[in-house]
Amino acid sequence: MHDAPSPSELIAAVKSFIDDAAAPQLTGHAAFHARVASNVLATLLRELEQRPAAESAEAAGLRAILDTDMNASVDAMNRNLCARIRGGDMDAATPGLFKHLKTTTIAQLSIDQPNYSGLKAALSKPA
Amino acid sequence: MFRAIVAKMGSNDQIERALERWARRNFGDTARMADLKRLSGGASQETWAFEVVDGGATHRLILRRAPGGESVARSSEAITLRTESALLACADMAGVPVPGVLGVFEPGSDVGEAFIMHRIAGETLGRKILRDDAYKAARPVLAKQCGEALAGIHAVERDTLPDLPQSDGADQIKKYETIYRTFDLPRPVFELAFAWLKANKPAPQPPVLVHGDFRLGNLIVDEQGLASVLDWELAHIGDPREDIAWICVNSWRFGQIAHRVGGFGDLDALLGAYAAAGGTRFDPREIDWWETMGSLKWGIMCMIMYEAFRSGGDPSVERAAIGRRVSETEIDLLNLLERAI
Repeated sequence: MHDAPSPSELIAAVKSFIDDAAAPQLTGHAAFHARVASNVLATLLRELEQRPAAESAEAAGLRAILDTDMNASVDAMNRNLCARIRGGDMDAATPGLFKHLKTTTIAQLSIDQPNYSGLKAALSKPA
Repeated sequence: MFRAIVAKMGSNDQIERALERWARRNFGDTARMADLKRLSGGASQETWAFEVVDGGATHRLILRRAPGGESVARSSEAITLRTESALLACADMAGVPVPGVLGVFEPGSDVGEAFIMHRIAGETLGRKILRDDAYKAARPVLAKQCGEALAGIHAVERDTLPDLPQSDGADQIKKYETIYRTFDLPRPVFELAFAWLKANKPAPQPPVLVHGDFRLGNLIVDEQGLASVLDWELAHIGDPREDIAWICVNSWRFGQIAHRVGGFGDLDALLGAYAAAGGTRFDPREIDWWETMGSLKWGIMCMIMYEAFRSGGDPSVERAAIGRRVSETEIDLLNLLERAI
């Protein structure tokens, strides 16, 4: 299948339309929602770029902590991890656990809200 | 759609006439009601600004009204407007800066369930308070003033209070864990936070009146500092440390992470003023548990707002986007837990 324009190019085009053409003509609540919509598209652009590598790293981290097989999905492993923390079987002292959660959350936030103050604070203290 | 617009116009008209009658009753036959406008914000209660012109004097006032005039509890623990107006009177008596209440309307009255209070001049937007030059002199004294206001709130005599919900730390863990599990969107960081909160519960404090949402956004600040404490809808009987910690939650520091209290002040300044005003002397470490609870609570509140989108109840892009703010509270929780463990 064709990839010209690519998903990123299409999203960037819509974002430019909102920022440069639509938003300046809006006021009040609609202007606010246009700003939110533009931010959502920026999130999507970061997601397309960063998620594949971040999710592979997350999967590798989960496999190491949970000692599961290669075929388990990230969702299944996260559910498994949640159940084990909830059951008291794992906690912050479990080797690798805290570091994994911090690395994964930093990756998630780098997509979701890269300017958030708590992200900068976390990056200044390596896990 | 058209019917809804007509109904809304009718309701404005009804409010205008009711306020006109109220103005004459309270300020005399020559008093006139002017400049009625609906203010934005306040999801669960309507807020209207208006003026009463009485000869040469202009009274700037606020009408707080149940949506459509009929009491609908936003959730089981949001208090009614009548309770809110009674609380404002209690807080006023205790020396807490709050808008004075001028009139209370019972359900079924010509304006519906509502009350009228003074409109206090100043700013509520967190980013403006933290950055604008107008509040340069206010920022250094704000932590102390917040400590004094909280000491006043927490000292209100229990037997003078209207009926309020009770909620301590254990109740809140239970409540928010139940909500979180209903969504079936498991997040390991939240699991870790719940486990840590349960294992490290602080010894309970004697229960007091808790404001429940004491943070920038709900405080009016003027050039001199704290002018008024608003939004008492989440008031309850609980642990005083909940209020002190909530304004410390990083989500309410608006980017100014170095200043633990609201992005403007230091916790020692707040705790010192709180104790000097008659409150219990708390150690900053006693606030950590409640700040962790606060970040977790805000994360789950963001999930609740996203759920409104996911369930089809509110299809707005804003409700969808807030789901991508939950990770902000996850990093805050990890930063807090890293310090604690």
